[in-house]
Amino acid sequence: MSTLTLSGINKRYDNGAHAVRGVDMEISDGELIVFVGPSGCGKSTLLRMVAGLENITEGEMKIDGVRINETSPADRDVAMVFQNYALYPHMTVFRNMAYGLSNRGMAASEIEAKVRETAAMLRIGDYLERKPAQLSGGQRQRVAMGRAIVRSPKLFLFDEPLSNLDAKLRVQMRIEIKRLQRELGVTSIYVTHDQTEAMTLADRLAVINEGKVEQMGSPMDLYSDPKTLFVASFIGSPHINLLPASFEAGQLQVGATALPGFEGLPEAVPLMLGIRPEHIAQHPEGGIEISVDLVEQLGADSLIYGAVSGFDSAEPEELCVRAGEALQLAPGERIKLNFEVDRAMVFRTDNGERLV
Amino acid sequence: MKRVQFERSTVPYFFVAPQIAIIAVFFLWPAGQAIYQSFLLEDAFGISSQFVWFRNYEDTILNYAWLQSAGFTVVFSSLVTFFSLAIALLLAVKANEVLHGSSSYKTMLMWAYAVAPPVAGLMGNLMFNPFIGDLYAAMNAMGWDFNQKLDAFDAGFVVILISVWKQVSVNFIFFLSGLQGIPKGVMEAATLDCRSPTKRFWTITFPLLAPTTFFLMVINITYAFFETFGIIDTTTRGAPGGATNTLVYKVYTDGFLGADLGGSSAQSVILMLMVLALTVFQFRFIERKVHY
Repeated sequence: MSTLTLSGINKRYDNGAHAVRGVDMEISDGELIVFVGPSGCGKSTLLRMVAGLENITEGEMKIDGVRINETSPADRDVAMVFQNYALYPHMTVFRNMAYGLSNRGMAASEIEAKVRETAAMLRIGDYLERKPAQLSGGQRQRVAMGRAIVRSPKLFLFDEPLSNLDAKLRVQMRIEIKRLQRELGVTSIYVTHDQTEAMTLADRLAVINEGKVEQMGSPMDLYSDPKTLFVASFIGSPHINLLPASFEAGQLQVGATALPGFEGLPEAVPLMLGIRPEHIAQHPEGGIEISVDLVEQLGADSLIYGAVSGFDSAEPEELCVRAGEALQLAPGERIKLNFEVDRAMVFRTDNGERLV
Repeated sequence: MKRVQFERSTVPYFFVAPQIAIIAVFFLWPAGQAIYQSFLLEDAFGISSQFVWFRNYEDTILNYAWLQSAGFTVVFSSLVTFFSLAIALLLAVKANEVLHGSSSYKTMLMWAYAVAPPVAGLMGNLMFNPFIGDLYAAMNAMGWDFNQKLDAFDAGFVVILISVWKQVSVNFIFFLSGLQGIPKGVMEAATLDCRSPTKRFWTITFPLLAPTTFFLMVINITYAFFETFGIIDTTTRGAPGGATNTLVYKVYTDGFLGADLGGSSAQSVILMLMVLALTVFQFRFIERKVHY
């Protein structure tokens, strides 16, 4: 039952790399926060700073209002689940889970009871006497979770815990993590580069890019109202369609096509028009024309990919459309499309700022 | 009944022949000779010999000089093994905290291993020389009445110091790579689970280093038993009064300097049995505690 406050957190390495740049964040009790971003964006570094595995160059970190910058990792009362599980290979599952407890001076009988209870919750009760090498990937993952849970820490930290599992297990474990976190109500931070994982798990999402938090909010907020070009392009699957544009004579010029419905945009600045695939529909008088390259039938809907007319054929701009029902289109066919102007977004290309 | 018949070929025997030949020439034949010789008593000039059954063994085991030598060998081997492992481990742990994969530097640390034991012995001899030896002077300056030529303890100290010095470097390299082979995540998980670095070392690091430690222990015991011959021969030569006479060195002095081939052979056979027993013990009882 804890809150975590980060204020002005910076991380500079000795070689001059500036991994985390001025992060401010308030995480409330019982929340599941996901740090998401491309690899090398500093999300893991930030998490490891919370754990105490990296020191803090600048800024202040507080758990329940108490400064923890100088507190040793073991005294911060946080538990971490590592990407490669990081189980102690020479200890049995039981000893793996008991290790942190016995080091905190808990009585043996109490340890026994806690470990058995946690193991039962994670359905690893039958494996307590095995060594990690004798377990499957999914079981090891559960043991790693169990080792964190059994300590009843103030904070759970997850560092890409599912990336070593196969796709099916990943979905299962994702649901399980969410369920456990709800049940236990422990404040958690989860780091991932997988935006689907991020969207499905998070209470709130922090999109991190080049060491900065680009935007923080609920998954749906970030999806429908991204503040920057980066957030718009990172969140959503399939990706948002981005078309280079410019604003001339009161109209948005996309390739050779002029699109009405936009006002007050700066001229002579490179812009980017962003439209989600589901906000585009076929329309006989649509302003955008594409020639179909590929249709992906997903069952409930289908994704139509095509090159937008009016762009140089040497650098074609691809557009993806989510069509509600299976359209029978042949490659090379030309269709006209319309999009919902009020849900379209316009960004400045140079600094990524959103204008509309 | 149908019997499965495989075509027999002589080709496989050709493949193993070189190895068999090497074992036969360099191990089986000399070992057989040693066993045979150990039952013979030669005259002082080596012209005739007479079969004496176990007399050589009785003479050997019941001999004070042999018991003294065996005692010294046990103490010497234990101390050399313990200190060369302990010092190397300590250095490796400290180095691992600051060193991040600078391999050329690590390779240079290996140089001391390339020094042959007799050369190491000669260097030690110079350093402990009563006239020009810096270490000899330093010991005496500290108020320790040090003289390895007269005092058994001091002589033991010199040979152990030189033997340990020569072996620490190679142990260090093995320990260091062992430490760097421990997954970083495991050490980090331990940091979150256990506050005390000392306790972390004994509960996580040391058990994970066990395969390396076991391997090095076997290597170092063998080294202390046999390879230190060169160091003894160039420094104390078993003096004073046989106090630093290891079993291997005694085999050499009795057989080749004392011309007692029978007695020397009997000692070799006993040494062989001791090493055999030690090896069995190591693999049966110690390796079982090792987690790979």
